[in-house]
Amino acid sequence: MTKEVEAPKGKLSANEIFKDKSNFLRGTIEQSFKEPLSGKIPEMDTQLIKFHGSYMQDNRDERLIRQKKKLEPSYQFMVRVRTPGGTATPEQWLMMDEAANTIGNGTLKVTTRQAFQIHGIVKWDVKTFMQKMNSVLLDSLAACGDVNRNVMNGVNPYQSDVHAEIYDYASKISEHLLPRTQAYHEIWLDGEKVAGTPQVEEIEPIYGEHYLPRKFKIGLAVPPSNDVDVYSQDIGLIAIIENGELTGFNIAVGGGMGMTHGEPETYPQLARTIGYVAKENIVDACEKILTIQRDYGNRTNRKNARFKYTIDRVGIEWFKEELNRRLGYDVQPTREAKFEKRGDDYGWVKGTDGNWHFTLFIENGRIKDVDGYPLMTGIREIAKVHTGEFRMTPNQNLMIANVTPHKKRTIQKLIEQYNLTDGKHYSALRRNSIACVSLPTCGLAMAEAERYLPGLITKIDAIIDEAGLHEEEIVIRMSGCPNGCSRAAMAEIGFIGKGPGRYNMYLGASFIGDRLSKMYLENIDEERILAELTTLINRYAKEREEGEHFGDFVVRIGIVEPTTDGTNFHANTPAHV
Amino acid sequence: MVLLVENSPFTAQQVQLLNELLPNLTDTQKIWLNGYLSAPGATIAQATQAVEAIQAAVPTTISATILYASQTGNSQKLAESFGAELSQNQVDVTVASMTDFKPKDLKKLEHLIIVASTHGEGEAPDNAIAFYDFLHSKRAPKLDQLKYAVLALGDSSYEFFCKTGADFDKRLKELGATQIVPRVDCDVDYDDDAAKWFTNLQQELLKSTGTAQPAQPTAAVTTSTSKYDKKHPFQAEILEKINLNMDGSNKETYHIELSLEDSGITFEPGDSLGIIPNNDPALVAQLIEALGFAADETVTVADETVTLEQALTSRLEITVVSKPLVQKLAPFTEADVAALLVGDFQAYSYGRDLIDFVTEYGPFNWTAQQFVEQLRAIPHRLYSIASSYNANPDEVHLTIGKVAYEAHGRARTGVASGQVADRLEIGDTVSVFVKENPNFKLPENPETPIIMIGAGTGVAPFRSFVEERAEQGTEGKSWLFFGEQHFMLDFLYQVEWLNYLKDGALTRMDVAFSRDQAQKVYVQHRLQEKGAEVYEWLQQGAVIYVCGDEKAMAKDVHETLIQIIEQHGNVSREEAEETLKQYQQQKRYQRDVY
Repeated sequence: MTKEVEAPKGKLSANEIFKDKSNFLRGTIEQSFKEPLSGKIPEMDTQLIKFHGSYMQDNRDERLIRQKKKLEPSYQFMVRVRTPGGTATPEQWLMMDEAANTIGNGTLKVTTRQAFQIHGIVKWDVKTFMQKMNSVLLDSLAACGDVNRNVMNGVNPYQSDVHAEIYDYASKISEHLLPRTQAYHEIWLDGEKVAGTPQVEEIEPIYGEHYLPRKFKIGLAVPPSNDVDVYSQDIGLIAIIENGELTGFNIAVGGGMGMTHGEPETYPQLARTIGYVAKENIVDACEKILTIQRDYGNRTNRKNARFKYTIDRVGIEWFKEELNRRLGYDVQPTREAKFEKRGDDYGWVKGTDGNWHFTLFIENGRIKDVDGYPLMTGIREIAKVHTGEFRMTPNQNLMIANVTPHKKRTIQKLIEQYNLTDGKHYSALRRNSIACVSLPTCGLAMAEAERYLPGLITKIDAIIDEAGLHEEEIVIRMSGCPNGCSRAAMAEIGFIGKGPGRYNMYLGASFIGDRLSKMYLENIDEERILAELTTLINRYAKEREEGEHFGDFVVRIGIVEPTTDGTNFHANTPAHV
Repeated sequence: MVLLVENSPFTAQQVQLLNELLPNLTDTQKIWLNGYLSAPGATIAQATQAVEAIQAAVPTTISATILYASQTGNSQKLAESFGAELSQNQVDVTVASMTDFKPKDLKKLEHLIIVASTHGEGEAPDNAIAFYDFLHSKRAPKLDQLKYAVLALGDSSYEFFCKTGADFDKRLKELGATQIVPRVDCDVDYDDDAAKWFTNLQQELLKSTGTAQPAQPTAAVTTSTSKYDKKHPFQAEILEKINLNMDGSNKETYHIELSLEDSGITFEPGDSLGIIPNNDPALVAQLIEALGFAADETVTVADETVTLEQALTSRLEITVVSKPLVQKLAPFTEADVAALLVGDFQAYSYGRDLIDFVTEYGPFNWTAQQFVEQLRAIPHRLYSIASSYNANPDEVHLTIGKVAYEAHGRARTGVASGQVADRLEIGDTVSVFVKENPNFKLPENPETPIIMIGAGTGVAPFRSFVEERAEQGTEGKSWLFFGEQHFMLDFLYQVEWLNYLKDGALTRMDVAFSRDQAQKVYVQHRLQEKGAEVYEWLQQGAVIYVCGDEKAMAKDVHETLIQIIEQHGNVSREEAEETLKQYQQQKRYQRDVY
């Protein structure tokens, strides 16, 4: 060891106390969910149920009216389902669809981490939902909370054989890093309570009784597609395919998007590549990396608790040494891998094994029926006949995957019957857009995102079309708050909510997701957004170089300085900011 | 005559002494004592709550007992004022609730005066059931010695109008008693008819005493604590109006706050507020058109000359087709009204108003004046007060459910609830008066535990109960059972209850939301689930209050209470029923049902 490193000392944050007192994530959840007079549960349980995959929320649109009517806020629960690699069987899809329409708010959300989210479940129906999930072998264990979250995996429709193998690793990593406490089974599935008092090591051999200091995210990318935004992950794994065979993964560590407005010591950061590990060792490597964060992460300040801050504090070299020590061998040198894009390939694509995949465009991942566009019904009808699987993409779209040549015609007929779209008629800007949920259900939201971005893009489209850039792919993302669910700090055009109708505007991230953006303007409204974009897009149309992406262009002509590392994200912003 | 600590101003020891003494007094001794105590210098305030008031001032030659069968207090109030007036005229009067009268004492009575209201679908009021059952049983004695008179109160829009009074009249006659004056059946607007009946009765009674003319009454037939009453309502300004239900609910329940500033009106938890509503102007216009009259022709109603439109909007009832009304209207048309009257009249009248009737059974041959003369005055509507006077002395709050349904091809709304929901806004005024309800009162001892059971708008008086207890800062335990359709949409006053629970003003609460699960769950089911604890509270002396719909809730709650006592008290069903009846008589089981 070249230097002495330890976890920050001091007063533990409130969540650490909750975890400590929770008896391995049980808390008083069981009783709280039965209490009949309020749709709410106590603060400690709201923190603990995150580990069970659920957030307490309320419909913020109704807050004022309910207050006037002497009703408490419409407390309700969002449940995020653990679906490694975004994969769901048709049976699972039909269960989710049925639940959304009976006890949810009638919609499903495909998240930016390839998970299902169901919103609007009242307290007394949560258990019912958990049991419905269990009946089709789904769960929401560790979908939220200070543990390893849903493992992302590139959807890659072309190399279907390699995809299957990589997906298998995503599942293995997810399973291996699940909490082992029986709390979830006891509370939701009426599992037997464990007799006696086993040792902590028996109950949580990887996490221990305090779990991680903060959430932890792993994603697997298959070059040339960086659809999972591999550098935004705590652990980003880049599949190395040599001679058509998966050999192992380059490992990148310490990425993460979240920050807090006005606190420059918080910042988005990209994961840094530290080397290569053979595929047979990858599950273990992930565990060892995670345990370093477990032991050295900051438990006194949640805003400084993500793995990225740990890495920046201990230094990447120390981290590599510690990892090698825990592995018992040295990670190998990084291997060659090249990304070309992050967006999805829409429409029909034929895989190497002869099966077909159809990627549906789903704006912001929201699946619902609207007048003239019965998306939810259409997918339901497809699920009834589909023999392959569904893959939710990191861009919030849906792939109807592994359609046999025999079934393709049936699926195509349903796609036509329900008027479902591959989005090819939309602008390339819209096809490369992501928005988080935000209002009305997300408690953190400061401004609209999912409900606003589509309309804003329609207005930007007018500028784009005028400039003749309809087919120019530009990554645009919007988050309702700086926590970064839509990974807006990695967008070529990014918006992060500041207040109702007001956003910070970020520019200059790379098209392929290996450079962060920089704040261009602070706290601006739509009028200003459109005025600025009119100027920039027109300049881009006239002055860009051959094949130059918008994010690179604004950096080259000096509209914003490049962000070379998360630690200088807040530095060198334009003088007017 | 038995005095209890609860129903008299005496201490337990005094009650014991009095109860030992009173039964042994002869009539002459009683009369003497009465006069002695009422003589100048003796200070006895007339207790308004007293179940029995002995009011004759000077020995007389006759005695009379006035029994009332009262649900909301109208009959009681009339009985008390009749008693006061008779005692002024040297009649030895005893006024009592039927609950407190021992039926076997009937044989001893000389004159019996009954004031009886009819409740629900022709049922006797809670406080009259035992007496009614006794009188109609085989055990009822021959009453040849008895002279009697019956005043019946009711609402002619109900099928069994004044049935309880009529039953008493018929039965007393059967038992051999002699009628002093014919029974009078009073409609909702009963004051004048009741006063006339009483004047006749008093004259007949006094004839037998030899007193020529009754003394001037000191108390008006209708007494009121405020200068505002049914005849002289207060114009209360609407300060707040909130639909408590969320979009998507099947209900529209309005929380209304009215200003009582400068009115001098006071009230107690459990009292009701009367609203004198106006008819929907759209209906009035439609009716006038259907009749072919002009809206601005003048008519005389209650000695006032107004336009027909005014008369039909604010003076007269146009939304109910009752049998008495149809009988009155029949002579003005050639149509076959007789067939309607002998047929299933209830089925016909449900959901129909005057517009339906005149359209169907016209043409009518009458003047506008003749037409309005057939109609009865627009009745007031009573709403249980939802606030505590002590907590908000300048306001009164109501919880009003809008009645709305579709019948015979037209959307129908309740007269008062429709006006509140659709036509009154903040800043408007509404005609109101307080209607005391002596049969729905918090226990005098603030430490006594209370169990409150209410569904829908039935929760209104409990808001006033809990607010009152919060204001008093009492230690008494309280338990509320509340039922509605949906937790998310219909949890009336949810935030207030949660706060009261936190503060301790409310001890417990259980809720039943009938439509939040496949199996419908109602308050009585929650009551049943908590049966053991409910029984424990009853053993601790808890008073039970039930408010809400008789048929949809109160009946089932009543049955459940019997079962709880039977099961957890380990007694027979008959004994459980008897216990509950006793609770009712001891005012430990009070109902405000409709």
